[in-house]
Amino acid sequence: MAIFLTEDSKVIVQGMTGSEGMKHTRRMLASGTKIVGGVNPRKAGTTVDVDGTEVPVFGGVAEAMEKTGADVTVIFVPPAFTKSAVVEAIDAEIPLAVVITEGVPVHDSASFWAYAGEKGNKTQIIGPNCPGLISPEKSNAGIIPADITKSGPIGLVSKSGTLTYQLMYELRDLGFSSAVGIGGDPVIGTTHIDALRAFEADPETKLIVMIGEIGGDAEERAAAFIKENVTKPVVGYVAGFTAPEGKTMGHAGAIVSGSSGTAAAKKEALEAAGVAVGKTPSETARLARELYGKLAG
Amino acid sequence: MDLFEYQARDLFAKHGVPVLDGEVIEKAEDAAAIAERFGGRAVVKAQVKVGGRGKAGGVKLAADPADAVAKAGAILGMDIKGHTVHKVMLAQTADIKEEYYVSFLLDRANRTFLAMASKEGGVEIEVVAEENPEALAKIAVDANEGCTEAKAREIVAAAKFPAEIADQVVEVLQKLWTVFIKEDATLVEVNPLVKTGDGTIIALDGKVSLDENADFRQPEHEALVDHAAANPLEAKAKAKGLNYVKLDGEVGIIGNGAGLVMSTLDVVAYAGENHGGVKPANFLDIGGGASAEVMANGLEIILGDADVKSVFVNVFGGITACDAVANGIVQALELLEAKGEAVTKPLVVRLDGNNAELGRKILTDRNHPLVQQVDTMDGAAERAAELANK
Repeated sequence: MAIFLTEDSKVIVQGMTGSEGMKHTRRMLASGTKIVGGVNPRKAGTTVDVDGTEVPVFGGVAEAMEKTGADVTVIFVPPAFTKSAVVEAIDAEIPLAVVITEGVPVHDSASFWAYAGEKGNKTQIIGPNCPGLISPEKSNAGIIPADITKSGPIGLVSKSGTLTYQLMYELRDLGFSSAVGIGGDPVIGTTHIDALRAFEADPETKLIVMIGEIGGDAEERAAAFIKENVTKPVVGYVAGFTAPEGKTMGHAGAIVSGSSGTAAAKKEALEAAGVAVGKTPSETARLARELYGKLAG
Repeated sequence: MDLFEYQARDLFAKHGVPVLDGEVIEKAEDAAAIAERFGGRAVVKAQVKVGGRGKAGGVKLAADPADAVAKAGAILGMDIKGHTVHKVMLAQTADIKEEYYVSFLLDRANRTFLAMASKEGGVEIEVVAEENPEALAKIAVDANEGCTEAKAREIVAAAKFPAEIADQVVEVLQKLWTVFIKEDATLVEVNPLVKTGDGTIIALDGKVSLDENADFRQPEHEALVDHAAANPLEAKAKAKGLNYVKLDGEVGIIGNGAGLVMSTLDVVAYAGENHGGVKPANFLDIGGGASAEVMANGLEIILGDADVKSVFVNVFGGITACDAVANGIVQALELLEAKGEAVTKPLVVRLDGNNAELGRKILTDRNHPLVQQVDTMDGAAERAAELANK
C-alpha cells in the first residue's frame, strides 16, 4: 500500500511538451510511473517520443481521462496559466491533481481551491509550488528523485522539497511507503493533516515523519490532529528557528509575522502532542530510527 | 511587499475608495506650497513601514505653511523603531467624529479571504482582537464570489456599524475589495475609516500588502518597490535572480531549496553556540536544477559580503546535479581570482544526492587550498562555524 499514489495510478502531464514538463516526464517514466498521456490543446492528436515510449498528447484533461483512464494529473504549466489548468482538471473530475508550478499568485490558488470545493471536492489538489509525491518502486508524480530510497514503512509529509530528499536519504535503508511534498505556499491543497490521516489508515506505514517550516499555523493544527487521531509514532522537524521576523525565506508562505508562525511555537505544539521533534534533519532521522527500532522490537 | 501609506492611499484613490488629498515629499521646504493648497492647515505623517508611528511622534498637525515646513523638517530623518523617515506625506485635515476599522486579508488557515470590521478603529487592531474580541467582526469572503453588496451588508451588520453610515460603508467595502482583487493584494486595511462632522466616510490611513507572485500581471507594481531601503547585497542578488536575504552573522550560506537552506541556517546557529556565537550571514537558495553559473553568481555575492568569515555550501542534489554545483564553485573561484580579487574566505562544502560522487571528485581533483569537504550537514556546519570564529 501507499497513500494517494499506487502502482495502478495512471498519470497524465499538463504542460508535458514544455522543457520542465518533458524533463520530468522522462524521469517519471524512467522510474516506472504509468504515464498515459500529455495535455496540450495545440498539439492534440500527436505523440511524443520520450526515450522510446510513445506518449499520446490530448487536447484536454477530460479527453485524456476518457481515452486512457487517467486518474492523476501532474501540472507543469507556467504560473500565468496554472489556475486555468487546475480548473480544467477539477472540471474533468480527475481524482488527483499535483501542481508543481512555483510562483502562482495566491489569489489564483485561493480561487481554484474554492472552485474545487464548489464542485464537491472530487479532485484532491497537492501543491502548488511542491515537488509532488512518490510511492517508491510504485509510482512517482512530480519531481522527487526516484533513486534515493526504496519502498518501506515510513510515511513522510513535508512543506519542503529538499528536506524531503534529505530525510529520504538519511532513512534510505528503511524505505518509504509514500513521501508527499505539500509545498510551502500560503494556500495549498493537501495539508499535513490530510497526509497524516491517510498515513494513519495505510497498513504499510508504520511511522510518520512530518516536516514543517515557519509561517502560518498548519503545524499547530497538525499537532492538534495528531493528538486526537494518530496512533502511529510521529517524528517531526521544523525549519526556520533563525529566520528574522517579516522576511520571506524562499517559499512564499515562509514568513514569521509578528509573533505568529515561529518555528519555536510549532515545535512546542508538536511536542505537546507527543511528537518527537528533531533539532536538525540528522537528529530527526535518528529519532525516527530509534522509534522504528522499538516498533520492530 | 508591504506598501507605504501614501502608496496605499494612491491605490485606494485609483479604485474609488474615498481618501483625503495628500502629497508625499522628501524635502521639508516643499511642505509650504502643499499646506497652502490645503488652505494652510495640514497633517504631516512620517512614511515608515512600521506601526505605532503616531505614538513615536511621527504624525503632527501643522497650523500653517511655515509650521508645516518646521514639522516636516522635524519628522524627516527621525528614527521610528529602527526605520529612518525618508518621506513624509502631507494630508488634508479632517473633522473626525468617529473612527472605525475595515480590512480584507488572506486567511491562510481556511484557504480563503477574510473581511474584518470594527467600530473600534484608530487603535492597533491586534489590541482590539486581544482585549475586546467581540468588537471585531470576522466574515469569510469566498474567493470566487467576492465581496458582493449582500456580503458587504453582512460585514456591516456583523460589525454593528450605525445605520446612518451603513450604505456608505457598504460602498467603501466593495471598492476596497476591488483594490484587493485588481491589485493582487494579500492585505488591504483601512484604520481608521472615519466619519467626519458632515457624515462623510473617508479612508484616513491604510495598509496594503501585495503578492509578489503576481508581478508578472502587475507591471505597475515595480514602481512601488522601495529600492532605497533594500540592502545593497540583496539588490545585487535580486538583479541576478537569486533568492537572498541578508542576515547579521558571519557564516555565509548557500544551499538548494528553501526548506534545506532554512534548516542550514538553524544548524549553523546551533554549531555557532560552541564557536563564539557565530551566526548565519544570509539566506541564499540557488533553487532546484541550479547550474554552475547560478552557483558562481551566488558565491560571488557571498564572498563580496564583508561580514562573511567562512562559507558553507550545503547541497542535496535532487534535480540539481552535484557535479554542476562543484563546477560552479571551481568556476566562481577562478572567475574571482581572474578579476584580481583575492579569495581569502574558507569554503566548507557538503554534497549529497544526485551525482554527489562526481561532484566531490571534481573538488578533490581541483584541490583548492580554501575548499574543504565534509560529509555530513551537521559536521560541515560545525566546521564552518569553527572557521568563522578564527
